[in-house]
Amino acid sequence: MLVVEGLVAGYGSSAVLHGVDFEVREGEVVALLGRNGAGKTTTLRAVMGLVKVRGGRVRFRDTELAGRAPFEVAHLGIAYVPDDRRIFPDLTVEENLLLARYASGRHGAWDLDRVYRLFPALRELRHLRGTQLSGGQQKMLAVGRALMSNPDLLLLDEPVEGLAPLVVRQLEQTLREIRQAGVTILLADQNLRFCRRVADRGYVLDKGAVQVGGPMEAIASDERTVRQYLAV
Amino acid sequence: MEVLAYQGLIGLSSAMYLWLISAGLTIIFGVLGVLNFAHGSLFMLGAYLGYTLYGVVGLPFGVAVLASMAAVALLGAAVERGLLRPLYGLDPSYQLLLTFGLVLFLDDLAKLVWGGVFRIPPIPPWLQGSVVLFGRPYPLYNAFLMATGALVGGGLWVLFDRTWWGRAVRATAADRDMAAALGIRTPGVFSSVFMLGSALAALGGALSTPVRPVAPGIGAAMIVQAFIITVIGGLGNLRGAFAGSLLVGVLSSYGTLWFPEFELFFVFAIMAAVLLVRPQGLFAR
Repeated sequence: MLVVEGLVAGYGSSAVLHGVDFEVREGEVVALLGRNGAGKTTTLRAVMGLVKVRGGRVRFRDTELAGRAPFEVAHLGIAYVPDDRRIFPDLTVEENLLLARYASGRHGAWDLDRVYRLFPALRELRHLRGTQLSGGQQKMLAVGRALMSNPDLLLLDEPVEGLAPLVVRQLEQTLREIRQAGVTILLADQNLRFCRRVADRGYVLDKGAVQVGGPMEAIASDERTVRQYLAV
Repeated sequence: MEVLAYQGLIGLSSAMYLWLISAGLTIIFGVLGVLNFAHGSLFMLGAYLGYTLYGVVGLPFGVAVLASMAAVALLGAAVERGLLRPLYGLDPSYQLLLTFGLVLFLDDLAKLVWGGVFRIPPIPPWLQGSVVLFGRPYPLYNAFLMATGALVGGGLWVLFDRTWWGRAVRATAADRDMAAALGIRTPGVFSSVFMLGSALAALGGALSTPVRPVAPGIGAAMIVQAFIITVIGGLGNLRGAFAGSLLVGVLSSYGTLWFPEFELFFVFAIMAAVLLVRPQGLFAR
């Protein structure tokens, strides 16, 4: 579904990614692992078109994404949940959700009602403004907002960062439900235990390139990989 | 007492066309982050086009005003797409240089087309005359200006608060990367916002000529006032621009009543007073 080959990207004059290779198949949950600064966020942002691709290829189905504007990528069926949530502050919860549906032009199974069933708390908060939500609530809203565009591929950046263990458990369940609904997921997180429970396959990034890739179980049980690239 | 009330009404009507021009300026700044120096020159063009289409060509007044707005909106779109767009990634000083260059260019263009003298179009017959308010004749045209300003205010509120286009614009203004990642066509948002702002400037210009004659160079005078108003209200804030226009319009109307020689001084004095109390402007977050 998504094939990334030799991806080079960065900010200003410095490259953060020096040739990243990985792929995501239809229906999978794939995790990008690695420490802070390894290039996980930049990889997701490059796929989305938010960071300029300087080299390599990013193919989504039959379309080359490199050089496309973010809104074109969104229209092709990729949705993005940034690590810092980026909820629109002066729109209400419901407006944040409906705007995503309106802007993507992709109408499908995900609508207000379904997102509220997935995150019942959001229904209660629907008339509040984005700034009035807690961090965890904003995270739910960011995921719900992404789903409102009925994506085929969901990019999740640091979904569990800063969440309480109980909320992490809930999110695992939520991701399973999203996956069962037919949405493919590419997530970036450094929480190995979380990734192990939700992802099928993983890629370990370090110094802007993929160092190890394979089934999530194999990565998590390989002590050398964990010690070298993931242990904090 | 009657004098005060009457002068307040005069101030309200001048506040309304100050509002029309500062609304466009503040919308464009709020969404695109561009401080458009040439905004006053778009006001001037609107005034000249209104003068020509109504006073010279003889189109119906409403048609002339709408046509001026449309023409200036198209010019705004061309400026945004052709000239400003390549500069977005660069230092903001390039935008200032470009729009300041446009002021000079449009001034000279106006001189070439309309000459250097003042132009005053006739007031349409149905807006001539006056009503008696507080024992004095109050020009019907000023009442018309007030009504138009209020109507535009209400229209903008509906547009930004109640339509999906408006919500997309607010989202883009708050976070253009995230808006684009959701699928909002941000380049289109930029163009349409610039067109809307330009059309508002032209509306202000086309309606203002019967009370304030148009000549090359009035753009520079108008941009100073509009800029002061948007600073008073909080840059990029529409409600602030409305409040700022009322404040400046009404207070300078009283100012000229008592100290006619200090007209422009009052505008600056109001700005200084507001900025001393609230440096971020009246309505800034």
